[in-house]
Amino acid sequence: MKVSTARIIAFFLFFSTLSGCGYNSIQQNEEAVNKSWGDLESQLQRRADLVPNLVATVKGAANFEKETLTAVVEARSKATSIQLTPEMLSDPAAMAKFREAQGKLSSSLSRLLVAVERYPELKANQNFRDLQNQLEGTENRISVARQRYNGAVETFNFSIRQFPNSMTNSMLLKLKPKEYFKADAAAKAVPGVKF
Amino acid sequence: MLHVTAYSSLFAAIEVPVLSGRINDYAAMISAPAKAEIEGKLKQFEASESTQIVILTVPSLKGDPIEDFSIRVAEAWKIGQKGSDNGVLLIVSRDDHKVRIEVGYGLEGKLTDLVAGRIVRDEIVPAFKAGQFDVGFAKGVSSIIAATHGEYKAKSKAVRNGDKPSFPLLFIIFLVIYIIFHLFKGFFGGGFGGGFFGGGGNDDNFSGGGGSFGGGGSSDEW
Repeated sequence: MKVSTARIIAFFLFFSTLSGCGYNSIQQNEEAVNKSWGDLESQLQRRADLVPNLVATVKGAANFEKETLTAVVEARSKATSIQLTPEMLSDPAAMAKFREAQGKLSSSLSRLLVAVERYPELKANQNFRDLQNQLEGTENRISVARQRYNGAVETFNFSIRQFPNSMTNSMLLKLKPKEYFKADAAAKAVPGVKF
Repeated sequence: MLHVTAYSSLFAAIEVPVLSGRINDYAAMISAPAKAEIEGKLKQFEASESTQIVILTVPSLKGDPIEDFSIRVAEAWKIGQKGSDNGVLLIVSRDDHKVRIEVGYGLEGKLTDLVAGRIVRDEIVPAFKAGQFDVGFAKGVSSIIAATHGEYKAKSKAVRNGDKPSFPLLFIIFLVIYIIFHLFKGFFGGGFGGGFFGGGGNDDNFSGGGGSFGGGGSSDEW
Protein backbone atom coordinates (compact mmCIF):
# COMPACT_ATOMS: atom_id res chain seq x y z
CA MET A 1 0.00 0.00 0.00
CA LYS A 2 2.81 2.36 0.90
CA VAL A 3 4.54 1.70 -2.39
CA SER A 4 1.52 2.66 -4.39
CA THR A 5 1.04 5.91 -2.43
CA ALA A 6 4.65 6.79 -3.17
CA ARG A 7 4.05 5.95 -6.79
CA ILE A 8 1.06 8.19 -6.98
CA ILE A 9 3.02 11.05 -5.45
CA ALA A 10 5.86 10.43 -7.86
CA PHE A 11 3.43 10.33 -10.73
CA PHE A 12 1.95 13.68 -9.78
CA LEU A 13 5.34 15.23 -9.18
CA PHE A 14 6.56 14.01 -12.54
CA PHE A 15 3.60 15.46 -14.38
CA SER A 16 3.57 18.70 -12.47
CA THR A 17 7.23 19.31 -13.31
CA LEU A 18 6.54 18.47 -16.92
CA SER A 19 3.65 20.87 -17.15
CA GLY A 20 5.78 23.46 -15.36
CA CYS A 21 8.36 23.38 -18.13
CA GLY A 22 5.77 23.55 -20.88
CA TYR A 23 6.18 20.04 -22.27
CA ASN A 24 2.43 19.55 -22.39
CA SER A 25 1.40 23.04 -23.33
CA ILE A 26 3.79 23.15 -26.29
CA GLN A 27 2.22 20.02 -27.69
CA GLN A 28 -1.24 21.29 -27.02
CA ASN A 29 -0.40 24.47 -28.89
CA GLU A 30 0.99 22.49 -31.78
CA GLU A 31 -2.22 20.48 -31.96
CA ALA A 32 -4.17 23.75 -32.04
CA VAL A 33 -2.07 24.88 -35.01
CA ASN A 34 -2.70 21.61 -36.85
CA LYS A 35 -6.40 21.77 -36.19
CA SER A 36 -6.78 25.34 -37.35
CA TRP A 37 -4.70 24.49 -40.43
CA GLY A 38 -7.15 21.69 -41.19
CA ASP A 39 -10.04 24.13 -40.94
CA LEU A 40 -8.32 26.60 -43.23
CA GLU A 41 -7.51 23.91 -45.77
CA SER A 42 -11.08 22.64 -45.87
CA GLN A 43 -12.34 26.16 -46.58
CA LEU A 44 -9.79 26.56 -49.36
CA GLN A 45 -10.91 23.23 -50.76
CA ARG A 46 -14.51 24.36 -50.62
CA ARG A 47 -13.62 27.37 -52.70
CA ALA A 48 -11.82 25.22 -55.25
CA ASP A 49 -14.90 22.99 -55.44
CA LEU A 50 -17.09 25.95 -56.34
CA VAL A 51 -14.94 27.02 -59.27
CA PRO A 52 -16.05 24.44 -61.90
CA ASN A 53 -19.72 25.38 -61.38
CA LEU A 54 -18.92 29.05 -61.54
CA VAL A 55 -16.92 28.64 -64.74
CA ALA A 56 -19.66 26.56 -66.33
CA THR A 57 -22.27 29.21 -65.53
CA VAL A 58 -20.17 32.10 -66.76
CA LYS A 59 -19.20 30.27 -69.96
CA GLY A 60 -22.86 30.26 -70.95
CA ALA A 61 -22.91 34.05 -71.16
CA ALA A 62 -22.64 35.49 -74.65
CA ASN A 63 -18.97 35.83 -75.67
CA PHE A 64 -17.58 36.04 -72.17
CA GLU A 65 -13.90 36.87 -72.35
CA LYS A 66 -11.92 33.65 -72.62
CA GLU A 67 -8.65 34.68 -70.99
CA THR A 68 -10.32 35.60 -67.68
CA LEU A 69 -11.92 32.15 -67.51
CA THR A 70 -8.76 30.33 -68.51
CA ALA A 71 -6.84 32.18 -65.80
CA VAL A 72 -9.31 30.97 -63.18
CA VAL A 73 -9.23 27.38 -64.37
CA GLU A 74 -5.44 27.32 -64.46
CA ALA A 75 -5.12 28.95 -61.05
CA ARG A 76 -7.51 26.40 -59.61
CA SER A 77 -5.67 23.37 -60.92
CA LYS A 78 -2.39 24.85 -59.66
CA ALA A 79 -3.87 25.60 -56.25
CA THR A 80 -5.37 22.14 -55.81
CA SER A 81 -2.15 20.43 -56.90
CA ILE A 82 -0.14 21.95 -54.05
CA GLN A 83 -0.99 20.35 -50.73
CA LEU A 84 0.56 21.14 -47.39
CA THR A 85 0.61 18.52 -44.65
CA PRO A 86 0.89 19.61 -41.00
CA GLU A 87 4.55 18.52 -40.97
CA MET A 88 5.28 21.06 -43.68
CA LEU A 89 3.90 24.00 -41.72
CA SER A 90 7.38 24.83 -40.45
CA ASP A 91 8.80 24.95 -43.95
CA PRO A 92 8.90 28.57 -45.18
CA ALA A 93 9.47 27.61 -48.83
CA ALA A 94 6.56 25.17 -48.97
CA MET A 95 4.28 27.66 -47.27
CA ALA A 96 5.31 30.43 -49.66
CA LYS A 97 4.52 28.21 -52.65
CA PHE A 98 1.17 27.21 -51.22
CA ARG A 99 0.28 30.80 -50.40
CA GLU A 100 1.25 32.00 -53.84
CA ALA A 101 -0.93 29.41 -55.56
CA GLN A 102 -3.92 30.22 -53.37
CA GLY A 103 -3.32 33.94 -53.84
CA LYS A 104 -3.37 33.52 -57.63
CA LEU A 105 -6.71 31.75 -57.39
CA SER A 106 -8.07 34.56 -55.18
CA SER A 107 -6.99 37.28 -57.56
CA SER A 108 -8.17 35.48 -60.70
CA LEU A 109 -11.56 34.92 -59.07
CA SER A 110 -11.94 38.54 -58.08
CA ARG A 111 -10.97 39.57 -61.63
CA LEU A 112 -13.70 37.27 -62.90
CA LEU A 113 -16.29 38.81 -60.60
CA VAL A 114 -15.30 42.30 -61.70
CA ALA A 115 -15.52 41.27 -65.36
CA VAL A 116 -19.04 39.96 -64.79
CA GLU A 117 -20.16 43.52 -64.02
CA ARG A 118 -20.07 44.10 -67.79
CA TYR A 119 -22.57 41.30 -68.50
CA PRO A 120 -25.97 42.36 -67.19
CA GLU A 121 -27.68 39.14 -68.30
CA LEU A 122 -25.19 37.17 -66.23
CA LYS A 123 -25.67 39.38 -63.20
CA ALA A 124 -29.41 38.81 -63.39
CA ASN A 125 -28.97 35.04 -63.72
CA GLN A 126 -30.23 33.39 -60.52
CA ASN A 127 -27.77 30.54 -60.80
CA PHE A 128 -24.87 32.94 -61.04
CA ARG A 129 -26.10 35.03 -58.12
CA ASP A 130 -26.37 31.93 -55.96
CA LEU A 131 -22.84 30.91 -56.89
CA GLN A 132 -21.54 34.37 -56.20
CA ASN A 133 -23.27 34.25 -52.84
CA GLN A 134 -21.59 30.96 -51.97
CA LEU A 135 -18.25 32.22 -53.18
CA GLU A 136 -18.49 35.33 -51.01
CA GLY A 137 -19.45 33.18 -48.05
CA THR A 138 -16.48 30.93 -48.64
CA GLU A 139 -14.06 33.82 -48.98
CA ASN A 140 -15.32 35.11 -45.65
CA ARG A 141 -14.84 31.73 -44.00
CA ILE A 142 -11.34 31.56 -45.43
CA SER A 143 -10.47 34.89 -43.90
CA VAL A 144 -11.86 33.84 -40.51
CA ALA A 145 -10.01 30.51 -40.68
CA ARG A 146 -6.82 32.29 -41.73
CA GLN A 147 -7.02 34.68 -38.81
CA ARG A 148 -7.55 31.78 -36.39
CA TYR A 149 -4.67 29.84 -37.89
CA ASN A 150 -2.36 32.84 -37.56
CA GLY A 151 -3.51 33.29 -33.97
CA ALA A 152 -2.72 29.65 -33.20
CA VAL A 153 0.71 30.00 -34.84
CA GLU A 154 1.44 33.08 -32.79
CA THR A 155 0.60 31.23 -29.58
CA PHE A 156 2.68 28.22 -30.59
CA ASN A 157 5.71 30.20 -31.71
CA PHE A 158 5.66 32.20 -28.52
CA SER A 159 5.31 29.07 -26.39
CA ILE A 160 8.47 27.49 -27.79
CA ARG A 161 10.47 30.68 -27.36
CA GLN A 162 9.38 31.56 -23.87
CA PHE A 163 11.58 30.49 -20.94
CA PRO A 164 11.62 27.75 -19.64
CA ASN A 165 9.67 26.19 -22.53
CA SER A 166 12.51 27.14 -24.85
CA MET A 167 14.81 24.74 -22.98
CA THR A 168 12.26 21.95 -22.99
CA ASN A 169 11.87 22.41 -26.69
CA SER A 170 15.55 22.54 -27.52
CA MET A 171 16.32 19.48 -25.39
CA LEU A 172 13.26 17.27 -25.80
CA LEU A 173 10.76 18.25 -28.43
CA LYS A 174 12.92 20.05 -31.01
CA LEU A 175 9.95 21.66 -32.75
CA LYS A 176 10.47 24.45 -35.25
CA PRO A 177 8.37 27.62 -35.36
CA LYS A 178 5.38 27.46 -37.71
CA GLU A 179 4.83 29.72 -40.69
CA TYR A 180 2.05 32.28 -40.80
CA PHE A 181 -0.47 32.25 -43.63
CA LYS A 182 -0.35 35.89 -44.66
CA ALA A 183 -2.77 37.25 -47.20
CA ASP A 184 -1.12 37.43 -50.58
CA ALA A 185 -0.27 40.95 -51.64
CA ALA A 186 -1.55 40.29 -55.17
CA ALA A 187 -4.87 39.01 -53.84
CA LYS A 188 -5.39 42.10 -51.74
CA ALA A 189 -4.96 44.55 -54.58
CA VAL A 190 -8.28 45.55 -56.07
CA PRO A 191 -8.31 44.59 -59.74
CA GLY A 192 -8.79 47.49 -62.11
CA VAL A 193 -11.89 47.67 -64.26
CA LYS A 194 -11.19 48.12 -67.95
CA PHE A 195 -14.04 49.29 -70.14
CA MET B 1 -10.68 31.11 -27.78
CA LEU B 2 -9.75 33.99 -25.55
CA HIS B 3 -6.62 34.35 -27.54
CA VAL B 4 -8.46 34.46 -30.84
CA THR B 5 -10.57 37.34 -29.60
CA ALA B 6 -7.49 39.16 -28.43
CA TYR B 7 -5.81 38.55 -31.78
CA SER B 8 -8.66 39.79 -33.90
CA SER B 9 -9.19 42.79 -31.68
CA LEU B 10 -5.82 44.07 -32.86
CA PHE B 11 -7.60 45.23 -35.99
CA ALA B 12 -10.65 46.52 -34.20
CA ALA B 13 -11.94 49.95 -34.98
CA ILE B 14 -15.36 49.52 -33.41
CA GLU B 15 -15.86 47.93 -30.01
CA VAL B 16 -18.10 44.94 -29.43
CA PRO B 17 -21.16 46.25 -27.56
CA VAL B 18 -22.57 44.67 -24.42
CA LEU B 19 -25.01 41.81 -24.95
CA SER B 20 -28.14 43.19 -23.31
CA GLY B 21 -30.79 40.73 -24.46
CA ARG B 22 -32.08 39.02 -27.57
CA ILE B 23 -32.59 42.38 -29.26
CA ASN B 24 -29.73 44.83 -28.91
CA ASP B 25 -31.12 47.86 -30.68
CA TYR B 26 -28.25 50.30 -30.27
CA ALA B 27 -29.31 52.25 -33.37
CA ALA B 28 -32.95 52.62 -32.23
CA MET B 29 -34.41 51.08 -35.40
CA ILE B 30 -37.13 48.87 -33.94
CA SER B 31 -40.36 50.21 -32.40
CA ALA B 32 -41.42 49.03 -28.95
CA PRO B 33 -44.40 46.87 -30.05
CA ALA B 34 -42.37 45.20 -32.81
CA LYS B 35 -39.55 44.60 -30.37
CA ALA B 36 -41.88 42.90 -27.88
CA GLU B 37 -43.36 40.72 -30.60
CA ILE B 38 -40.02 39.63 -32.06
CA GLU B 39 -38.55 39.06 -28.62
CA GLY B 40 -41.46 36.80 -27.70
CA LYS B 41 -40.93 34.78 -30.85
CA LEU B 42 -37.22 34.38 -30.22
CA LYS B 43 -37.73 33.40 -26.61
CA GLN B 44 -40.29 30.79 -27.55
CA PHE B 45 -38.06 29.40 -30.27
CA GLU B 46 -35.16 29.03 -27.89
CA ALA B 47 -37.38 27.39 -25.29
CA SER B 48 -38.55 24.76 -27.74
CA GLU B 49 -35.46 24.17 -29.86
CA SER B 50 -32.56 25.73 -27.91
CA THR B 51 -31.47 27.70 -31.00
CA GLN B 52 -30.52 31.25 -30.08
CA ILE B 53 -31.15 34.12 -32.48
CA VAL B 54 -29.91 37.56 -31.53
CA ILE B 55 -30.39 40.93 -33.23
CA LEU B 56 -27.84 43.71 -33.07
CA THR B 57 -28.20 47.16 -34.61
CA VAL B 58 -25.42 49.73 -34.49
CA PRO B 59 -25.46 53.33 -35.76
CA SER B 60 -22.22 52.94 -37.73
CA LEU B 61 -19.39 50.48 -38.37
CA LYS B 62 -16.81 53.29 -38.35
CA GLY B 63 -15.20 51.96 -41.49
CA ASP B 64 -14.95 48.28 -40.49
CA PRO B 65 -16.22 45.68 -42.94
CA ILE B 66 -19.46 44.25 -41.52
CA GLU B 67 -18.07 40.70 -41.80
CA ASP B 68 -15.13 41.54 -39.51
CA PHE B 69 -17.29 43.25 -36.93
CA SER B 70 -19.91 40.52 -37.06
CA ILE B 71 -17.48 37.66 -36.38
CA ARG B 72 -15.97 39.60 -33.49
CA VAL B 73 -19.41 40.11 -31.96
CA ALA B 74 -20.28 36.45 -32.53
CA GLU B 75 -17.03 35.30 -30.90
CA ALA B 76 -17.57 37.55 -27.90
CA TRP B 77 -21.26 36.81 -27.36
CA LYS B 78 -21.06 33.06 -27.99
CA ILE B 79 -24.66 32.81 -29.12
CA GLY B 80 -26.00 29.26 -29.42
CA GLN B 81 -25.56 26.28 -27.15
CA LYS B 82 -22.13 24.88 -26.42
CA GLY B 83 -21.58 21.77 -28.47
CA SER B 84 -24.54 22.43 -30.78
CA ASP B 85 -23.23 25.81 -31.96
CA ASN B 86 -26.78 26.74 -32.95
CA GLY B 87 -26.64 30.52 -32.82
CA VAL B 88 -27.58 33.13 -35.40
CA LEU B 89 -26.71 36.82 -35.30
CA LEU B 90 -28.70 39.30 -37.38
CA ILE B 91 -26.58 42.39 -37.50
CA VAL B 92 -27.48 45.76 -39.02
CA SER B 93 -25.56 49.00 -39.38
CA ARG B 94 -28.01 51.86 -39.76
CA ASP B 95 -25.88 54.55 -41.41
CA ASP B 96 -23.84 52.19 -43.58
CA HIS B 97 -27.05 50.53 -44.81
CA LYS B 98 -25.47 47.13 -44.29
CA VAL B 99 -27.06 43.95 -43.02
CA ARG B 100 -25.59 40.53 -42.34
CA ILE B 101 -26.73 37.17 -41.02
CA GLU B 102 -23.91 35.41 -39.18
CA VAL B 103 -24.51 31.67 -38.80
CA GLY B 104 -23.09 29.39 -36.10
CA TYR B 105 -21.28 26.19 -37.10
CA GLY B 106 -24.17 23.97 -36.08
CA LEU B 107 -26.67 25.64 -38.38
CA GLU B 108 -24.53 25.95 -41.50
CA GLY B 109 -26.19 22.84 -42.91
CA LYS B 110 -29.68 24.35 -42.91
CA LEU B 111 -29.03 28.05 -42.94
CA THR B 112 -26.42 27.90 -45.70
CA ASP B 113 -24.78 31.00 -47.14
CA LEU B 114 -27.24 30.70 -49.96
CA VAL B 115 -30.34 30.53 -47.75
CA ALA B 116 -29.00 33.35 -45.58
CA GLY B 117 -28.29 35.36 -48.72
CA ARG B 118 -31.82 34.89 -49.98
CA ILE B 119 -33.32 35.92 -46.64
CA VAL B 120 -31.22 39.07 -46.68
CA ARG B 121 -31.86 39.86 -50.36
CA ASP B 122 -35.52 38.92 -50.64
CA GLU B 123 -36.98 39.53 -47.18
CA ILE B 124 -34.94 42.10 -45.30
CA VAL B 125 -33.45 44.43 -47.93
CA PRO B 126 -36.74 45.23 -49.77
CA ALA B 127 -38.46 46.19 -46.49
CA PHE B 128 -35.46 48.25 -45.36
CA LYS B 129 -35.35 50.00 -48.72
CA ALA B 130 -38.96 51.03 -48.17
CA GLY B 131 -38.04 52.34 -44.72
CA GLN B 132 -40.08 49.64 -42.98
CA PHE B 133 -37.53 48.44 -40.46
CA ASP B 134 -40.02 46.68 -38.17
CA VAL B 135 -41.29 44.65 -41.11
CA GLY B 136 -37.77 43.82 -42.26
CA PHE B 137 -36.70 42.55 -38.85
CA ALA B 138 -39.93 40.60 -38.31
CA LYS B 139 -39.72 38.97 -41.74
CA GLY B 140 -36.01 38.26 -41.37
CA VAL B 141 -36.49 36.61 -37.98
CA SER B 142 -39.45 34.55 -39.20
CA SER B 143 -37.44 33.33 -42.18
CA ILE B 144 -34.44 32.45 -40.03
CA ILE B 145 -36.71 30.51 -37.69
CA ALA B 146 -38.37 28.76 -40.62
CA ALA B 147 -35.00 27.82 -42.09
CA THR B 148 -33.51 26.47 -38.87
CA HIS B 149 -36.65 24.88 -37.46
CA GLY B 150 -36.31 21.23 -36.55
CA GLU B 151 -32.51 21.13 -36.51
CA TYR B 152 -32.22 21.05 -32.70
CA LYS B 153 -34.38 20.15 -29.75
CA ALA B 154 -34.21 21.89 -26.41
CA LYS B 155 -32.81 19.62 -23.74
CA SER B 156 -34.96 19.09 -20.71
CA LYS B 157 -33.70 20.83 -17.59
CA ALA B 158 -32.74 17.55 -15.91
CA VAL B 159 -30.52 16.60 -18.83
CA ARG B 160 -29.04 20.07 -18.96
CA ASN B 161 -27.90 19.83 -15.36
CA GLY B 162 -26.39 16.41 -15.86
CA ASP B 163 -24.66 17.70 -18.95
CA LYS B 164 -21.87 19.62 -17.30
CA PRO B 165 -19.55 17.35 -15.41
CA SER B 166 -16.84 18.74 -17.66
CA PHE B 167 -16.27 21.38 -14.99
CA PRO B 168 -15.52 19.19 -11.98
CA LEU B 169 -14.31 22.09 -9.86
CA LEU B 170 -17.43 24.11 -10.52
CA PHE B 171 -19.48 21.03 -9.82
CA ILE B 172 -17.81 20.44 -6.48
CA ILE B 173 -18.31 24.07 -5.48
CA PHE B 174 -21.97 23.80 -6.38
CA LEU B 175 -22.25 20.59 -4.43
CA VAL B 176 -20.67 22.15 -1.34
CA ILE B 177 -22.94 25.18 -1.54
CA TYR B 178 -25.90 22.92 -2.10
CA ILE B 179 -25.05 20.84 0.97
CA ILE B 180 -24.56 23.98 3.04
CA PHE B 181 -27.95 25.25 1.92
CA HIS B 182 -29.47 21.96 2.90
CA LEU B 183 -27.80 22.08 6.29
CA PHE B 184 -29.20 25.55 6.84
CA LYS B 185 -32.57 24.34 5.70
CA GLY B 186 -32.41 21.70 8.42
CA PHE B 187 -31.33 24.23 11.03
CA PHE B 188 -33.79 26.98 10.33
CA GLY B 189 -36.73 25.07 9.04
CA GLY B 190 -36.38 25.70 5.30
CA GLY B 191 -36.84 28.70 3.09
CA PHE B 192 -33.76 28.74 0.98
CA GLY B 193 -32.16 26.45 -1.48
CA GLY B 194 -35.25 26.04 -3.57
CA GLY B 195 -34.74 26.80 -7.23
CA PHE B 196 -31.03 26.98 -6.84
CA PHE B 197 -30.40 25.11 -10.05
CA GLY B 198 -33.22 26.76 -11.91
CA GLY B 199 -31.10 29.40 -13.65
CA GLY B 200 -30.70 27.58 -17.00
CA GLY B 201 -33.18 29.51 -19.09
CA ASN B 202 -33.32 32.75 -17.16
CA ASP B 203 -35.37 35.16 -19.23
CA ASP B 204 -34.37 38.49 -17.79
CA ASN B 205 -30.73 37.64 -17.87
CA PHE B 206 -30.17 36.38 -21.37
CA SER B 207 -26.70 35.16 -22.26
CA GLY B 208 -25.02 33.20 -25.02
CA GLY B 209 -24.77 29.48 -24.43
CA GLY B 210 -21.18 29.06 -25.68
CA GLY B 211 -21.74 28.50 -29.40
CA SER B 212 -18.98 28.99 -31.97
CA PHE B 213 -18.94 30.61 -35.40
CA GLY B 214 -16.72 30.20 -38.42
CA GLY B 215 -17.73 33.04 -40.71
CA GLY B 216 -20.78 31.39 -42.31
CA GLY B 217 -23.67 33.56 -43.45
CA SER B 218 -24.29 36.33 -45.91
CA SER B 219 -24.27 40.12 -46.12
CA ASP B 220 -25.87 42.72 -48.33
CA GLU B 221 -26.76 46.40 -48.36
CA TRP B 222 -29.93 48.33 -48.92
